[in-house]
Amino acid sequence: MNGTTARTETLLWVAQRASAAVLAVCVAVHLATVIYAVQGGLTAEEILARTRGSVGWLVFYSVFVVAVAVHAPIGLRTILREMTPWRGASLDGATAIAAVALIAIGWRAIGGLVG
Amino acid sequence: MSEATLNVRIWRGTEAGRFEAYEVPRRASQTVLDVVTWIQRRIDPTLSYRFACRVGMCGSCAMTVNGVPRWTCRTHVAKVAADDTVTIAPLRNLPVVKDLAVDMSAFFDKWARAEGRFVPKVDAPNDFAVVAPDSRERSAADAGIECIGCGICYSGCDVVSWNGDYLGPAALNRAWTLVNDVRDGAGARRLAAVAGDAGCHACHSQQSCREYCPKHLDPTGSIAGLKRATMRAAIKGEI
Amino acid sequence: MRTGSAAMGWRMRAHPNYLAFAIHRVSGLLLALFLPLHFWALGQAIDGAVALNSFLRWTDSPLLKFAETGLVVLLAAHLAGGIRLLAIEFAGWRDWQRTTVAVTAGFSLAAGLLFLLNVVSP
Repeated sequence: MNGTTARTETLLWVAQRASAAVLAVCVAVHLATVIYAVQGGLTAEEILARTRGSVGWLVFYSVFVVAVAVHAPIGLRTILREMTPWRGASLDGATAIAAVALIAIGWRAIGGLVG
Repeated sequence: MSEATLNVRIWRGTEAGRFEAYEVPRRASQTVLDVVTWIQRRIDPTLSYRFACRVGMCGSCAMTVNGVPRWTCRTHVAKVAADDTVTIAPLRNLPVVKDLAVDMSAFFDKWARAEGRFVPKVDAPNDFAVVAPDSRERSAADAGIECIGCGICYSGCDVVSWNGDYLGPAALNRAWTLVNDVRDGAGARRLAAVAGDAGCHACHSQQSCREYCPKHLDPTGSIAGLKRATMRAAIKGEI
Repeated sequence: MRTGSAAMGWRMRAHPNYLAFAIHRVSGLLLALFLPLHFWALGQAIDGAVALNSFLRWTDSPLLKFAETGLVVLLAAHLAGGIRLLAIEFAGWRDWQRTTVAVTAGFSLAAGLLFLLNVVSP
């Protein structure tokens, strides 16, 4: 294999499924929130009134961002390995960087909404 | 009285080749294997193809019929001939030897790489093993052991096409039956063999294998079992 | 090519579970590509309500509302497809998988419709 062991691939799969289970809850809440929030038009004031200073939303979105940052890059890695010639250490590195980047911009956005 | 005619396109050549057209008289209860045989005997004796039992037991006659992998001896022309046309090609995902015959070596090599053979326990007792047929493990094994290695699932799988190392549904299904064989001693070694990008984790549950298996086996389900078993083994540090 | 034609290749894939796979993969890919834009847009809140509002007003056009509805459908589809996969891999779902595919499709469209109705009514 190209450097990643059976153990590593297995644990990546576990991380993907575990983050999927977390996301199942987060996305369900998010969909309900979005559908509710767009009633009567969406404004920044309405969003911020809900999120500003809220510990609950801070925790929820922080967990949401981490789960997505685990789930999406692993998913993209799978697609790239199957459908393009890109594989190996450089793809694994790019996957890790994508995860870190998503956490960074995700938590940055949360900071703007909650802080 | 004019006969109804079937227009048949058959792959001729190796990987490089072409479809050639033949006309075959239609008959009642005609199978695709009947058609191929008629062409080879009456029109073109150079047509190469495989068959053996012709009654749906051996799996030798598996080919691609109108894009779908099938046992040709068990495929009625009436069922698949849209517009009186049938296109017959060799199985996908395996190198073509000639015309409709493919090289099955890779299929069986992967079977071996998946540790798809029984390994007796080192301390196997001298007496018969007592295995309850309705136990959870034996039921799981029994659900998958009827595989005759025809290659249809392997041929229908897109992951096999996309990932050259992927062991494929048949090999993984066999490995799962052995994981559930309480007499088997391969244990973590087999789980390590079926884990990873070439193993069970590459399966995306497209389920073409389950869709086209003539014995109605469920390799997707077997592979899901391997995913769970390898997960437990990885968490416990066994692989 | 030896499948006969590209159409022949698709005949093999024309069953519900394959379609479910395809939708799951495409929706995941599109959502992953959308995500950085989403985080950037929400990050406008850092510069205050006015900055966020100006972005939100940019999305008021019918084209953007249509796109947003599409995103909701993609998200609902990917969620439903993911739950289906977790059920196959962990809960051993088998015989009624065609039903689950239909149910997940229905759920996705329902979510998208709900969103669309809420977002277009004044």
